[in-house]
Amino acid sequence: MDDTRLESFIGNLLRAGVLLAAAVVLAGGLFYLVQHHADPVAYRHFALEEEQLRSLSGIGLLALHGSSVGLIQLGLVLLIATPVARVVMAAVGFFLEHDRLYVIISLIVLTVLLFSLLDGH
Amino acid sequence: MTALTFTLVVSTISALAGFLGALTGLGGGVIVVPVLTLALGVDIKYAIGASLVSVIATSSGAAAAYVKEGYSNIRIGMVLEIATTIGAVVGAYLAGFTSTHIIAIIFGLVLMQSAYQSLRSWNGTADNLVDSDKLARWLRLGSNFPVGGKRQEYGVQNVPTGFGLMFGAGALSGLLGIGSGAVKVIAMDRAMKIPFKVSATTSNFMIGVTAAASAGVYLSRGYIDPHVAMPVMLGVLAGAFLGTRVLVHAPVRILRIIFGLVIAVLAIEMIVNGIMGKV
Repeated sequence: MDDTRLESFIGNLLRAGVLLAAAVVLAGGLFYLVQHHADPVAYRHFALEEEQLRSLSGIGLLALHGSSVGLIQLGLVLLIATPVARVVMAAVGFFLEHDRLYVIISLIVLTVLLFSLLDGH
Repeated sequence: MTALTFTLVVSTISALAGFLGALTGLGGGVIVVPVLTLALGVDIKYAIGASLVSVIATSSGAAAAYVKEGYSNIRIGMVLEIATTIGAVVGAYLAGFTSTHIIAIIFGLVLMQSAYQSLRSWNGTADNLVDSDKLARWLRLGSNFPVGGKRQEYGVQNVPTGFGLMFGAGALSGLLGIGSGAVKVIAMDRAMKIPFKVSATTSNFMIGVTAAASAGVYLSRGYIDPHVAMPVMLGVLAGAFLGTRVLVHAPVRILRIIFGLVIAVLAIEMIVNGIMGKV
């Protein structure tokens, strides 16, 4: 596998990820509007009270229990995961190319990403 | 305002921002954040959280198209992403204890720069074709791109300077929730002497990874709120999709001028409101 084929594969994967994430967010959004369309929105200060919406495990639980905001948040997490998947795929691709230097570089980027995503949980 | 009205208003604004952002290549974040905070009074940190998500959506969504053109350089992107992601995490932490007034003022200043760039319609340094220096050779950053059916070789220089600038671009992205593609392109074009097309497409590839690094911090801080992020993400994505479709026929010059003027007005509003403590 050369760089161009690797990038093209990753590009298509990313687009699929974005479409999946958008579909989940849209489903959650429609579900949310059906239930809450007439609710007033305190949009000036949201103060996200639901602690669960801040952590990956909490979001998964909420979505599993059919919560509409949980579903939206799950879609957003899927979206945030697409660039992470991109770095993982690049690391794998470089590994297949026996390019040790770039496997290490990819893993450094991945470490920073995971540090940020898993921080505080 | 009811949830339905809010969702419709925000998704319409976001679609427009995504559309203009795609046409001008400057991204939707620079419009979404100021409009949400100035016109709707949304707390700037939630606006930034939502904008980050939309930045990831447009970057990841456009990646396949950019790869097809054959200009993006995955090695340059990956090396520089070490700097942008660390910068993004630092920026996101800084956002946690910087007052919203200060964030608004910095945002305004960055908008000023974007407006200037949009009005000037800068297309990069024309003749960026150099030989790689020692570090760039060791990192094998040089590559080639298509020119009239042939492959044109290019080299890369000044990696440490580019790396430093990329840290700054990442920090701005994490602090303000924008892609800061402009800074990335300037760093690659001016400092690293990379051809403009390569800089521009590689920058798009990097924007999503950079934004993901700060999005994680925003999520655990509770600044990614589903009520705001849902209409922003869907709106920007739909707008950007339309924007790339009509790009070929669009009067890009006129659009850049309109976009530049809109951003200039938003910049002044952000700075004034920040100084007066209203944002």
